[in-house]
Amino acid sequence: MEVFFQQVVSGLATGGIYGSVALALVMIYQATDVVNYAQGEMAMFSTYIAWTLLDKGVPYWWAFVLTLVISFAGGVLLERIVIRPVENKPILTIVIVCIGLLVILNSMAGWIYSYIQKPFPSPFPPKPIMLGTVVFGAHDLGAIGVTLVVLAFLYAFFRFTTLGLAMRAAAQNPVSSRLCGIRVGWMLAIGWGLASMVGAVAGMMVAPIVFLDPNMMAGILIYAFASATLGGFTSPGGAVLGGLIVGVIENLVGTYVHFIGTELKLTVALALILVVLVFKPSGLFGRAAVHRV
Amino acid sequence: MTPRARAVGVAAALAVALALPLFVSNFRLFQFTQVAVYAIALLGLNVLTGYNGQISLGHGAFYALGAYTTAIMIDKWDVPYPLTIVTAGLLCLVVGFLFGIPALRLEGLYLALLAIPQILKYFEHWTGGSQGIVLSKPNAPWGLPLSPDQWLYFFTLAVLVVLFALARNLLMGRTGRAIVAIRDNAIAAQAMGVNTALYKSLTFGVSAAYTGVAGGLSAIVIAFVAPDAFNVFLSITLLTGIVIGGLASISGAIFGALFIQFVPNWAQDISKAAPWAIYGIFLIGFMYVMPFGIAGAVRLALARLGRRGTAARA
Repeated sequence: MEVFFQQVVSGLATGGIYGSVALALVMIYQATDVVNYAQGEMAMFSTYIAWTLLDKGVPYWWAFVLTLVISFAGGVLLERIVIRPVENKPILTIVIVCIGLLVILNSMAGWIYSYIQKPFPSPFPPKPIMLGTVVFGAHDLGAIGVTLVVLAFLYAFFRFTTLGLAMRAAAQNPVSSRLCGIRVGWMLAIGWGLASMVGAVAGMMVAPIVFLDPNMMAGILIYAFASATLGGFTSPGGAVLGGLIVGVIENLVGTYVHFIGTELKLTVALALILVVLVFKPSGLFGRAAVHRV
Repeated sequence: MTPRARAVGVAAALAVALALPLFVSNFRLFQFTQVAVYAIALLGLNVLTGYNGQISLGHGAFYALGAYTTAIMIDKWDVPYPLTIVTAGLLCLVVGFLFGIPALRLEGLYLALLAIPQILKYFEHWTGGSQGIVLSKPNAPWGLPLSPDQWLYFFTLAVLVVLFALARNLLMGRTGRAIVAIRDNAIAAQAMGVNTALYKSLTFGVSAAYTGVAGGLSAIVIAFVAPDAFNVFLSITLLTGIVIGGLASISGAIFGALFIQFVPNWAQDISKAAPWAIYGIFLIGFMYVMPFGIAGAVRLALARLGRRGTAARA
């Protein structure tokens, strides 16, 4: 039973990270109806910015906040400069541009910072926390906590602020929103900025675990996609929960089913999602998409 | 373009392709064989993405599946290699079709395909694990005076010509019109009596089959398969190829294949990161200014020239 709880806990820890990247994906999807393939690389790049600040001797939490501000601005700029010219083109075009962005960010990071792994500090104490016989890593707990705080902030922002309401309106019905005086284009830009910020948080929480290198998000992005699909691409809370579920299941299956071990963990997670989706295509917590003809 | 001009163009391209072995070294020829292999894969992906409007970042997996099918059949059972390529294509057709059914309901499902290389690594007994499988290049049959590289070039070229002709027939007919109609307006297509679900799954299957054949050929041409070659970046490379060659264009597959074979090699000299940066810049740049790729630009240029020609005669 101890092993079981231990595996659940460490599954929750990795799941929290999948969840936070999934959250960023869902943000842009809700604002623009497009899956942003560059999300992982944007998060990776933000983490490098944080690393540069820390390297210059900026205290951790200052660097954290500064990185968020820079990431927000970067996300807005990317939308304005790169995405805006193709805003009204078919989805295929936007997706291809996003993939282009992915490879550019990846190779730029490799060019500037080299492909050598860098250690990244955690803001939480290194001492593990014992609860009975189960060991919690302080960073793991902290990462889950930070993800939940971000989720709460986003919820409050979209639910209780005028700007949040305007953004939801712009995503749902751009034409009517424009008639109401909402600047739809800017709402999309702010959506990208927010998603970039959420990604930056995820990146800074992941980096202490997997080490910082230009390809650190590649694997995680796949899990994040899986989490978002499982939870439902229309539900931010579902995306985080989906991440936690994927993390835990992946760990448990890896521990208890011997022929799977660690090598086929990803396969199992993906197969499971396949099964869920055959029965519930919009994900566990998503709404079925309705299209007007 | 008039049918006559098109026929002349195809004949000229074929003549150049057939004469090529006379002028280039074995290594260059090997590179051109790879261009032909890529062209087949690109045509497959283009049927799916360019003509049918479905995007897939998982086609590298079908490439892998085809490559391993061929490699295992040759390595374990000594099956003649032309037969293994047919098998690779049929297997991918079936897997692709089955995969296309759930993929209808949700985009992004192809991510599950990314697991295929992992699975291949797992069945070590068959696939040689991370070490992969080493094959030997086949010699030319019937005592033809050709080096193995030259023979493989002609063999691949023959497969390419057959598959291109098949694709053209498929796309120019009733089926092709249904495929394009689904891309342009799925609901309208359905209202016109097109079975959208069936056609989308079929397109996925055909596309996978082409990519699988290409994978099988690549295993024979390179004489080696290993799981690490089939990562997400292979899928992105294929996508870059169709965007640069030209979405929804058959000849675009050739231009795209030339690009993804040669440009990264040149860029490698600048920096390790350069090939990818160039892919990214080209992907975005082409979407902005040349959304129909090189093939589209050629078509446009020919149309302009043609118009000027008629105007002068009139």
